[in-house]
Formats: sequence, structure tokens, C-alpha cells
Amino acid sequence: MTLPEGVERHTFDGTARLATRGEPVYGEPTDGEWRAWNPHRSKLGAMLELGLDTGLTGGETALYLGAAAGTTASHVADFAGPTYAVEFAARPMRDLLDAAEPRSRLFPLLADARSPEEYAHVVEPVDVIVQDVATRGQAAVATTNSRFLREDGRLLMAVKARSEDVTRDPEAVFEDALDELRGAYEILDTERLTPYHDDHLGVVARPLSEQ
Amino acid sequence: MTSNADSSGWFEDVDPDDLSGARDAIEHGTSESPADWPVEAVEDGFAADEDDYYDKLHEATIAAAREQVRERERADDRQLVHAVRAMDDARRTANELAERVAEWAGSRYDDAGTGVEYARELADADTGGEHEETGAAPDYGATSASDPSAERLRALAARTAELADEADQLERFVETAAHDVAPNLAAMAGPVLAARLISLSGGLDDLAKSPSSTVQVLGAEDALFAHLRGNAPSPKHGVIYTHEYVRGTRETDRGSAARALAGKLTIAARVDHYSGERRPELDAELDERIRTIRQRGADE
Repeated sequence: MTLPEGVERHTFDGTARLATRGEPVYGEPTDGEWRAWNPHRSKLGAMLELGLDTGLTGGETALYLGAAAGTTASHVADFAGPTYAVEFAARPMRDLLDAAEPRSRLFPLLADARSPEEYAHVVEPVDVIVQDVATRGQAAVATTNSRFLREDGRLLMAVKARSEDVTRDPEAVFEDALDELRGAYEILDTERLTPYHDDHLGVVARPLSEQ
Repeated sequence: MTSNADSSGWFEDVDPDDLSGARDAIEHGTSESPADWPVEAVEDGFAADEDDYYDKLHEATIAAAREQVRERERADDRQLVHAVRAMDDARRTANELAERVAEWAGSRYDDAGTGVEYARELADADTGGEHEETGAAPDYGATSASDPSAERLRALAARTAELADEADQLERFVETAAHDVAPNLAAMAGPVLAARLISLSGGLDDLAKSPSSTVQVLGAEDALFAHLRGNAPSPKHGVIYTHEYVRGTRETDRGSAARALAGKLTIAARVDHYSGERRPELDAELDERIRTIRQRGADE
């Protein structure tokens, strides 16, 4: 597994953990300028930990959908280039602002990821979309946001089964989501995010080239 | 690709030396598709180079999001107050109308019931509502066509049921909104009581500034002023009586329980107002305190 540049296995108190360099955000262990990236609190962290081929190399332009309090978005901003972080809820946005303040290339946007036209006048075409939205219709969000991805860009997405339908078998929910994604993306890799996150599927995809 | 009119960047009409107008542009601007905004901004003369553009974008997005958040959160607590008051009005009015319906129906039908449920039953009667009454079960449907007063009665019953439904919808809204506005208070008090406390004190900031002794008797103002005039005992609790920790504690310890609950609710309201972070340990502390108070009775 290759980690993107700017992400390392760094030793904290004798344990090697994923880490990036930047201001601490959520009380994570730090060592010098390195701060631990907890895969239990971050789906992208779990995807890297589990060895999914994310195609990340470091320094790319990123659009983060569902940035919440900025736990993961801050790590992305640490190793990526300009990072646009979209979050809809006001309360987590407050914490995201604290994470964004010292990161000069992390841009917080209070907007609804289901309506990309509300932020397309700010966000440039990006190399990678990281999506972690916990609403129904996660595949639709990924599809409508595919307009932001450059031709060889990557979608890194965590599908949360319980957000779609708590009563259905997660496998069936994932199948439906992947089917819908195939309308706009070519699926490159998938993997369940256990043991870090129950009932989540990590997805790596590439936009279908326009005909 | 970027030449069409509905695709212009947020910086288009923003003065690069004064980003105060940027919030409006970021919040309300739209574009169908993204474009290479950093390049366009430099071409337009908005920024000297890419780095300069990103610096400006950072400043503008942070300022915009901060103001939006402040506004949204301020607005939310007002909305919650209106919603919980509307919920109480809707419920009280539905009950009053249900009484009227019952009284009116009683003059016509032998088996007239009471309450909102009866109004609902009466309203649904012509769409196949069933009646279990034996013997003189009236045929509501048959009377309606020929009897204008039965028509009015049923229409009133339908409005009553709808109003009760609206009260339920409002309660559902209050439940969600209370958790957004005051997560700690809502978790500790339950969303509806949390909303009532905010409503009674006028807003979350007023509640956060209230001493715990005030929170303890919110909603018992009449009793409090009677006490202050010197002709009544001091009230031990206001609306917080509806909380299980007060109501479910034996009477001799109820004052202590109310005081303990009010104290923690006050802290929860302050955390919600000044930090907004969820602090589950507050609930644990209250649980522990109530256990101790209830223990006193059990020991005797």
C-alpha cells in the first residue's frame, strides 16, 4: 500500500499510526508537528488503513462533501492542495471553522452537497472528491457532484448503509448504491470499513469519460 | 465552457481590496458548473496570482461561513420558541374545539364521546368509520345530506382533528430543532421541556444567563409572586415538574430533586449557548445526584 505524500506511519507512544502534519483539531495525539489520524473517527483514514488503492499522491485539489466538524477534512487539507469543505449543518461548521482557520488552503462552505450549483461558483475542478454524507441518497450526491471531477479524478466515498435504510440488509443497500453510481462512475475498488466503521462501504471510483 | 452567463465566479463583483461584500457573493451566488476560478480571477485582475487568490478565498470563505453560522444558530432558537408556543396553542385550541364538538354531538347522538379522538371519529364517519355501539348507533352519513347542522358539526370535527395533527407535526419539529439549538439541554430535559424552558425565559441566551433558582421555578411565576407578597409558600418547581426526575421522586425529596435538576439544566444551557459542544458527562453527574437524593428516602 502506498500512502500519499504527507501521510506517514508515525510512532506515537510506541505505536505506529497514520499521521499528517498540521495543527491538532480534535485532541488527537501529536508528536512534534505530526498528529495521529484516527481511522475509527475517519472513513478516509480507515480506507487508507485498510489498504484501498485510493490513487492519492498528495498535493491534489480536493472537494470534501460532508466535512462535519473537520476531523477528516483537516487531515486531507494537511496532505492535499486546495481543499474545499462543504458542510450543511451550522453546529459542526463552527468546529470546522476552527480547523480551517490555521489551514490557509482549507475553504469551508456552508452549503448543501445535494445542490452543487450553490457552490460551483466557488469550487474549481478537482482531482479528488471525498464524500462522507450521512443522508439518504448518497449515490445521488456523488453523481450530481461528478461535475467537479477532472477527467482522471477519483471519488473516494464511504457509503453508510444505515443512512439509506436502517431496516435493510447493508449488502443490498450497497448493491443499490453501486448500481446508481455506475451511471456516472466506473467503480475501481470497494471494501467494507470494518472493524473501524460498521455497515460502511468504502468506494474508489473514476468518472465515466463524457461521450 | 465558462463563457455562458450563469457561470461566473464568486469574485466577479467583489472588490478585491474589501472582502466585506464577499459573503453575499459566496452565500447567494450560483453556477451550473465549476470553472478554473483561480485562473479566471487572475485574468480578471481580482488576484495578483494563484497564491493571492487562495489567500483571499480563505479569508472570504471563513468570514462568510462564520457569519452564516452565527445567523443560523441565532435564528434557530427563535424558530424553536415560536414552534413550541404554536404547538401549545394548537393543542390547547384542539382540545377546546373537541369539547365544543362533544357538547354539540351530545345533543344529537346518544353515543357521543369526548376528546380529540371522538372528533376524529366523527370526522371520519362518512368515509367508513366504524362504531362499536350496539342498538341505537346513529348513522352519521345518512343525516349529512339532508341535515345542514350535522354537516357543520362534522366539518368542525374535521378541523379539530387537523389541528391536533398539526400540533403533533409541530412537536416533531420541536424535537429535531431542540437538539440542534441546545443539544445538552435537550438531552437532559427532553426536547419539549428544553424548548419550553427556552421559550419561558425568552431565548437560549436569556436562559443561559438565568440563575438556577430562576430556572427551577420557570413557569410557576404566579406561585412565586404570591410567595413574594408573603401569602404563600415558595414554589419548589415550575415546568421542570414534568421531568421524571422531579415527578418520579417522592414528595419530601422533590424540592431537592428540582433544585439538582435545575442546577444541571442551567449548566447545560450555558454549555449550549457558549460552546455548543455535547458534554454527556453532565447527564451522568445528574443521574448520580438524583440517585443519591432518592437513596435518602430508601434508607429510612
